[in-house]
Amino acid sequence: MSGDPKLERIAKGNALALCATGTWTASFAPVLERMVADAEKLAGSPQSIFIDVSEVAKLDTFGAWLIERLRRTLTQGTVETQIAGLSANYSSLVDEVRRVRATPVIDTTSITITGMLEQIGRAVAGIGGTIASLIDMLGAVLAAGGRVLIHPRSLRLTSTVHHLEQVCWRAVPIIVLITFLIGCIIAQQGIFHFRRFGADIFVVDMLGVLVLREIGVLLVAIMVAGRSGSAYTAELGSMKMREEIDALRTMGFDPIEVLVLPRMLALVLALPILAFLGAMAALYGGGLVAWLYGGVDPEAFLLRLRDAISIDHFIVGIVKAPVMAAVIGIVACVEGLAVQGSAESLGQHTTASVVKGIFFVIVMDGVFAIFFASIGM
Amino acid sequence: MAQETQNAIQDPIIRVRDITVQFGATRVLDGLNLDVQRGEILGFVGPSGAGKSVLTRTIIGLVPKIAGSIEVFGVDLDSSNTSQRRNVERRWGVLFQQGALFSSLTVRQNIQFPMREYLRVSQRLMDEITMAKLAMVGLKPEVAERFPSELSGGMIKRVALARALSLDPDLVFLDEPTSGLDPIGAGDFDDLVRTLQRTLGLTVFMVTHDLDSLYTACDRIAVLGNGKIIAAGSIADMQASQHPWLRQYFHGKRARAVVT
Repeated sequence: MSGDPKLERIAKGNALALCATGTWTASFAPVLERMVADAEKLAGSPQSIFIDVSEVAKLDTFGAWLIERLRRTLTQGTVETQIAGLSANYSSLVDEVRRVRATPVIDTTSITITGMLEQIGRAVAGIGGTIASLIDMLGAVLAAGGRVLIHPRSLRLTSTVHHLEQVCWRAVPIIVLITFLIGCIIAQQGIFHFRRFGADIFVVDMLGVLVLREIGVLLVAIMVAGRSGSAYTAELGSMKMREEIDALRTMGFDPIEVLVLPRMLALVLALPILAFLGAMAALYGGGLVAWLYGGVDPEAFLLRLRDAISIDHFIVGIVKAPVMAAVIGIVACVEGLAVQGSAESLGQHTTASVVKGIFFVIVMDGVFAIFFASIGM
Repeated sequence: MAQETQNAIQDPIIRVRDITVQFGATRVLDGLNLDVQRGEILGFVGPSGAGKSVLTRTIIGLVPKIAGSIEVFGVDLDSSNTSQRRNVERRWGVLFQQGALFSSLTVRQNIQFPMREYLRVSQRLMDEITMAKLAMVGLKPEVAERFPSELSGGMIKRVALARALSLDPDLVFLDEPTSGLDPIGAGDFDDLVRTLQRTLGLTVFMVTHDLDSLYTACDRIAVLGNGKIIAAGSIADMQASQHPWLRQYFHGKRARAVVT
């Protein structure tokens, strides 16, 4: 019954018949397309042509459209090409296809120099937009925070505690593990290089200052941006996609107060705690390596540490933590609320959240370094 | 033609035998048997949570079953190899409840996605077929360059149907195709399914809650309850049935409103 499709040319007196046979379905579409393209070259020949489809065993949209396309191309001459021998089964399908208008040309924008310049311009303008939206969000969060201060009952305590568990408690193992390893590596490298000058013991100074002032909080902030900033963006983004945020608005809730503020609060509380735990883990790791690899026994390590660092170093480190948390939180929430309808957009904004979060954390760290240097801390 | 119909009855397009599906301790389907004949529109009804969608997803292979066998187009899906399975998958189309359009692709790219994967044809032919499919499901050509997030609920259903039909399948699964559509839109959709079934010779497996669809579009109705098919037959058989749920379903206030 079924067989490979064919389109044979049979001369019938003055006219030319194109006899379609076999299975004209999607599975044979490539063959069909070639045959039809071949037959389309007959357009403009003086003979009158008709298409005979009485021998077609099976027809679907692909076959019906190709026959219709052939008919249209051949008709462009003076006489209309007819389709003959159409069985009742398929006539409705062919009628359906006949209603299709010629395909509109889909314009693809080609890459031009002006187009590239335009893109660069848009990207630059986008930077301004990013900063404006960050300041906008900061204002909105502060306003919501102010309202909560006036009416403390309106604080979403359950939600805040839930997010605190997510971003703080559940992050402890990984943060402690990574900072512990970083502490080990700093101590090992320090001892390895300082030993040449016989200055092994100064590794304790380096470790103390570096971990408490810089590495501890910076590293933890970067990890939190990757771990919790991305989670915030994805959560808010998928809520935006499914119109949950619009639903909140229509019920008279402020999404900033319900969704953003608890997340921000949780992050601002979590980061100092994590930074402290991270610094302790790094010092412990460094001390362990100094003892086992450098031969500095724990007692000497602690004595040296007490001399080398003051409370100032610790304060400098820990003061930065809540500010960095606020930056990460604001970036993550802005990106989350900017998600559009598609899965691709969610991915782009989650990526942007982490990249911008880490970037701003490092910028803030630089600003703090200048500030503390100028006040002599 | 009569000969063909005779053959069709002996050769169901879907043959489900004794399938059991369990989630944790709850048994959703319990030794269920079902045949779907070639060329028919089967309406599949049952109370909410009875497992209608689960059965659909089990047949398509998205939900694992713990016992039983499923044959589609005469191929046993458990013992088939990858190429046989792909062949079967090429011949069916699925319309998910929420449409499940790819949100990062335009309507045109969504419809062309299966073609691009399975057929080696020119972009021109794909574009033309896409336009034909859009016209078939009653959408304007301008819709082609829009993204799913820019479409209304009814349009999403139509585009999803166009995508399900993109390779001209022999069998389509529709999971609540008219839910969330206005009555006029739902009526149009029923007509559309009918028309497509006639023009393309489709077999349609339709999960629905819509009594109108059952009356106007379906050839046969199967009712799911307690993990089994409790009744199958024409709408007249359903109305004559003495099963309490069926009596309530087909003789309730809403059903009477449809009949009169």
